[in-house]
Amino acid sequence: MTVIEARALRKEFVVRVKAGVLRRESRVIAAVDGIDLTVSRGDMLGYIGPNGAGKSTTLKMLTGVLYPSSGVVRVCGFEPVPQRQALARRIGVVFGHRSQLWWDLPLRDSFALLRHIYAVPAADHAARLSRCRKLLDLDPFLDTPVRQLSLGQRMRGELTAALLHGPEVLFLDEPTIGLDLVSKQAVRSFLAGIGDAGDTTLILTTHDLADIERLCRRLVVIDRGRIVHDGSLDELHARYGSRRRVVVDLDAPLVTPLALPDVSVESIEADGRRITYALEGGRTTAGELVRRLAELASIRDISVLEPAIEDVVARLYADRDRHGAGA
Amino acid sequence: MDSRWLTAYGPLVRAQVRSQAQYRASFVIDVAGSVLFGVLDVVAVFVLFRVSKTLAGFTFADVFLMTALANCAFAIADLLVGNVERLRVYVRSGLLDAVLVRPLGVLTQLAVMDVAARRVGRVVVAVGVLIVAAVNAGLALTAARLVLLVVAPAAGAVIFSAVFVGTASVAFWWIESGELGNALTYGGHDFTAYPMPIYGTVFRRLLAYGLGFAFVAYYPALALLDRRDPLGAPAGLGYASPLVAALVAAAAGLCWRRGVRHYRSTGS
Repeated sequence: MTVIEARALRKEFVVRVKAGVLRRESRVIAAVDGIDLTVSRGDMLGYIGPNGAGKSTTLKMLTGVLYPSSGVVRVCGFEPVPQRQALARRIGVVFGHRSQLWWDLPLRDSFALLRHIYAVPAADHAARLSRCRKLLDLDPFLDTPVRQLSLGQRMRGELTAALLHGPEVLFLDEPTIGLDLVSKQAVRSFLAGIGDAGDTTLILTTHDLADIERLCRRLVVIDRGRIVHDGSLDELHARYGSRRRVVVDLDAPLVTPLALPDVSVESIEADGRRITYALEGGRTTAGELVRRLAELASIRDISVLEPAIEDVVARLYADRDRHGAGA
Repeated sequence: MDSRWLTAYGPLVRAQVRSQAQYRASFVIDVAGSVLFGVLDVVAVFVLFRVSKTLAGFTFADVFLMTALANCAFAIADLLVGNVERLRVYVRSGLLDAVLVRPLGVLTQLAVMDVAARRVGRVVVAVGVLIVAAVNAGLALTAARLVLLVVAPAAGAVIFSAVFVGTASVAFWWIESGELGNALTYGGHDFTAYPMPIYGTVFRRLLAYGLGFAFVAYYPALALLDRRDPLGAPAGLGYASPLVAALVAAAAGLCWRRGVRHYRSTGS
């Protein structure tokens, strides 16, 4: 079942640039420049891109905060802006930078108020709250005013607040920003649990690629308002040539170099006794490489390095800078 | 708008009282301060009439009634929607986005989320002062006048609320709009507390008729006192206050809607 559908979604902003002492020029900038996106129920989608790529603008159009300049968008069957209030009951939104909780009230009271705002039946509310209390370990600070919570505690509160009305889609705008490692883990494993349950769709923007690796089956990369990749993490690696590496330590340097299809030597260290091979394409597996190597030399140690998503994304962004030098 | 916000209103207001009561000393000072301000407005009239026996032909009792009506209307409006002026904080910080993803109207949320409980004190004082002023003026209370005595502060409150909302809307386009709003709200309150003939023509046309300020206290007071308008308006114009209030409120509502629309097409 499709929960989000966007066709040729576009958002333009008019920016005024100083062009003299008093004169200002207006320029139209397309923050989102024709996005097509279909998200099915239960998807966990990571939405990434450099700053200013149009991530937040897209999210705002999907949640009914901003009007699209053109294009079609439907979320849970609603047109976000005209049907904002109806949509609001079906989605949850967490902003990493802004609190949705009542600053001076205990967390418990914020939750109670949200029940009234969303008109949630008391029993449903209690059931969802008790699940969050258990999974996010909220009890130690449930009676603390929000302003006194640590960032990690507050974020756990924000997640709960966004879930108490049982949303079908959960939008998370940088939910782990500024958190320490332990809090990040807690947030991630909680979100992973929601994703595994399968009935909530998760849309996550982040700069922390560990979030993506842990949580997202699908990755949408946006750059300058356009989608440059939409697929799994593996597909991203395949497409942008990220390579698995096999590092071997040998007793003695190789006499004849190993020649195999799709295998290249990335570096040779320790007087030829440590060789790093890069595997590209699929014609040679790591196993085959090791087997062939063992025929030529005695191997002391082997390690296989998985491609890091950071590398891929860094490469992606670097590409952009090269091509976009004039912009 | 549906009626859901009514069910949410009670708990939200109570929560707001609780959170403000957390800063106990500050809460007490706030309450005391807002009561004091209400009283000061009346004191100003006393001081004025120590200097002069009449003001544009009106006696102390007449002007006291106008001031009391204006005060009451303002106190109610300030309690209900006074904090929409915080809109510019919401726009600047981006918190308005969080407001827009909740299933309640934007104006409702802004009015309720930060309702300033301390302002209740001022309403109570204002109602008390109005009763004293009405008795002091020795009103010949017919049934119609009794109704007007209750309706006028309500209509006035709607007019002030509209001004609060209308001026706050400016922040949708222009974030640094604080003083403009205050000039019309707090300034407007002072303007309405005195008889209209004391003001210059341009000023009077603009505020008294343009924004409907003459209908907050002046015309209702004339109707209550059974006095003719020195400016020549027909008698009983004070009874038209609710109509004027409805018009001003509609205009403010339009501004607000346009503002929200603007925000949603440009972002913060």
